[in-house]
Amino acid sequence: MDPLTPARTGPDAPFTVLFDGREIRALPGQSIAAALWSSGVTAWRTTRGGGRPRGVFCGIGVCFDCLVTVDGRPNQRACLVPAVRGADVRTQRGTGHDDRHED
Amino acid sequence: MTDTRTERTAVLAVVGAGPAGLAAALAAASRGVRVLLLDSAPAAGGQFYRQSATGPGGPGGPGPRVPAHQRRTWDRLRTALDAHLAAGRVVHLSERHVWCLERESGGFVVHALLGPEQEESSAVRADAMLLATGGYEKVLPFPGWTLPGVVTAGGAQALTKGGLVLPGRTAVVAGSGPLLLPVAAGLAAAGARVAALVESAGPAGFARRAGTWATTPVKLAEGAAYAGRLLRGRTTVMTRHMVVAAHGGERLEAVTVAASDAGGGPVPGSERRLVCDVLAVGHGLLPHTDLAAGLGCRLDGTGVEVDDEQRTDVPGVWAAGETTGVGGAALSLAEGHIAGRSAAARLTGRIPDPRGWAAAARSRARLRRFFAALEAAYGDPPARWPERVADDTVVCRCEEVTAGAVREAVGTLGAGDLRTVKLLTRAGMGWCQGRMCEPGVAGVAGCALTPARRMPARPVPLGVLAAPPDPTTPR
Ligand SMILES: Cc1cc2nc3c(=O)[nH]c(=O)nc-3n(C[C@H](O)[C@H](O)[C@H](O)COP(=O)(O)OP(=O)(O)OC[C@H]3O[C@@H](n4cnc5c(N)ncnc54)[C@H](O)[C@@H]3O)c2cc1C
Ligand code: FES
Repeated sequence: MDPLTPARTGPDAPFTVLFDGREIRALPGQSIAAALWSSGVTAWRTTRGGGRPRGVFCGIGVCFDCLVTVDGRPNQRACLVPAVRGADVRTQRGTGHDDRHED
Repeated sequence: MTDTRTERTAVLAVVGAGPAGLAAALAAASRGVRVLLLDSAPAAGGQFYRQSATGPGGPGGPGPRVPAHQRRTWDRLRTALDAHLAAGRVVHLSERHVWCLERESGGFVVHALLGPEQEESSAVRADAMLLATGGYEKVLPFPGWTLPGVVTAGGAQALTKGGLVLPGRTAVVAGSGPLLLPVAAGLAAAGARVAALVESAGPAGFARRAGTWATTPVKLAEGAAYAGRLLRGRTTVMTRHMVVAAHGGERLEAVTVAASDAGGGPVPGSERRLVCDVLAVGHGLLPHTDLAAGLGCRLDGTGVEVDDEQRTDVPGVWAAGETTGVGGAALSLAEGHIAGRSAAARLTGRIPDPRGWAAAARSRARLRRFFAALEAAYGDPPARWPERVADDTVVCRCEEVTAGAVREAVGTLGAGDLRTVKLLTRAGMGWCQGRMCEPGVAGVAGCALTPARRMPARPVPLGVLAAPPDPTTPR
């Protein structure tokens, strides 16, 4: 088994969420960060100053490095927000506030 | 249980549903108090009994394996909680991010942001408060620590345990402290190759203690049982070594580790490059104290100060678990139990009798001694670590403030404390409010790390601040 796929899958059926328009797999109860990471996506934001890539750092909602736009709402912490079927997750650039009205 | 019920049952609000908060809630609820248990997570358990994505880890479960003794403790807590929930003695308010506690005559108002969106706030009233907010990880900066693929050791743990994802194929676990061992063991158990465990403490502090963990009844961490196997396995263990740089373009590709001399300075020529796609790094835990500080509770070092009954110096406010100092899940359970019993007695108009919790008090005393010894064995981070942080290294991740800017604030502009450094550089003013960068900025600036006051405890939308919600009073 590819070591980047979830270590052990449970009885509940996986589903998909959208990440920048493409479908990625998620497990019930997985955070958006965990779902992205299991699909090999480790960065989903660029910083305001240097435009540098960022993803998960603390994993528990303290560092705010994992900010992402979910269903049009910017600045959601991907490590805390549970993945739900069909969620529209998008890369966030800078402050994230430009994304709000993007389609 | 004989309750001396007044017309209205007293309400205790417990913030945090980890080992400490759960033990406290159960102890109080079975002694005639109504408990509101608030936590930001969707499920109870905290950092230790973290619930995995498709159900609890354990025999047959999908999560990484949890040794049987802890599973039994968790099952007991869960069963008791379910009974109290069913009877209405405990109300579990999940996905509540508490951002402010207000004192009002005869009680408290708890303000919390709702759900993952955190755009709305709710408020509840309580007669007393019990803070069990746990801690978070301390990470010292080094070049490349902002690269995707570099995570905190606890974060790696959270991803594997809760998220069922292996953060990489080849891992390096680095930093200092007792959490690194279970994290390395957990990653290995989940299928990663752990190339190296890099510990900045000397071999005496580390290796001697590795044996202690495996034999101690304390069960500091679920990884203890794996420790011996890990150390005998494919993992290279380097003591008195540090990660000095992480390398990669868009994500982590390798790290450089180097030996430290007795004073913590670099040993020339000792650098080694290790290929890896995940680096789990941490230098111990820091208590979450924002809510307590907001109420005016006195701190003792970095944690909330408590007396023998786990009371803070603010009347009506108890604290338990890692918010009062770092010491593991078993200590958190003991402290929570004592706090819950003390609070219940006082809220129902009785004088608490410490003989009732003598067993918990004994284990609290023993575990506090054990952790004090552990802390002494690991010691402080090598004194000269900031020397290895290059000027162009970002030290404040949120505001992208470099070590050079901090050094300039100190050297050229004469800043002498963290507050001035912050005002001159913006280090610590971003989203995380300095939680991640404070120890690093203090080290690079050569200033003392002073506990910061952060109000509100969470970033709050302006609309919420402008129109705080009306509190509801539970019957
Ligand atoms: C990321 C991480 C991973 C860890 N992994 C391990 C491990 O594998 N093994 C081990 O032995 N120890 C581990 N520890 C140490 C562990 O924290 C303790 O042993 C134990 O969980 C402490 O119990 P507690 O009840 O004090 O706090 P916690 O278990 O941390 O529980 C605190 C709870 O309070 C909640 N909370 C905090 N602030 C707020 C707020 N403002 N509003 C609402 N809710 C809030 C949190 O969501 C959390 O659920 C870890 C610590 C961290 C930070
Ligand atoms: S990874 Fe730190 S807040 Fe999500």
